[in-house]
Amino acid sequence: MKADVSIDCVGLYCPMPIVKTASKIKELEPGQVLEVVADDKGIKQDMPAWCKATGNECLGIEEDKNGEIHVFVKKTK
Amino acid sequence: MSEQAALKEKMTLAICSGDLDKALAAFMLATTAASMGMEVSMFFTFWGLNVIKKNEGSIKSKGLIRKMFNVINRGGSKRLTISKYNFGGFGTFMIKRLMKEMNMPSLDEFIVMAHEMGVKMIACTTTCGIMGVPEDSFRPEVTTLAGAATFLGDARESKITLFI
Repeated sequence: MKADVSIDCVGLYCPMPIVKTASKIKELEPGQVLEVVADDKGIKQDMPAWCKATGNECLGIEEDKNGEIHVFVKKTK
Repeated sequence: MSEQAALKEKMTLAICSGDLDKALAAFMLATTAASMGMEVSMFFTFWGLNVIKKNEGSIKSKGLIRKMFNVINRGGSKRLTISKYNFGGFGTFMIKRLMKEMNMPSLDEFIVMAHEMGVKMIACTTTCGIMGVPEDSFRPEVTTLAGAATFLGDARESKITLFI
């Protein structure tokens, strides 16, 4: 999946990846996609919950061989 | 959608505890709720006042009992201890070390971050009076001093209210 902007949250635990996502997404234009790379497994549940609360769209979650989780969030408004 | 920003969901926390672990939990929820677009107010009362006391200087109380009390109960985010296995400060030291290893923000950093995210911090005037904690004892992130009606006024409009 392709993203316009990517942030590295590897090594950060809850709630930091979500806090960083919320602050980064403000810089994006509606329709742009933000990739969040993290290794805290909680993000697989937390990001869809955050998206549901904020009205953004969680496009997908991919886990790579290194155990890093790539979450793609589309800014909707 | 910007017109609807005024209709933000609210979360109100009452923090009665001055334990490091509980304060951390409160600020984790506050910062996360703020990042979810919620309007957050944190109401600090009783031992919770220790969380938002400034770390530097002394607390200038009046009267012998209150003066003594604020020496033994100095407070400040950097002085809080964990509620279990403190072992005279060693347990707290270990937890802080483990948190640092995990790149977790300290409680102090959480308070600054919460403030920057628009979290409102309120000190309870009644407990300030009982304990002899003057207004200038608090860190600059604390913007309001208020009473129970302010907490309930916020709480009745909130989707989430927690007593910590």
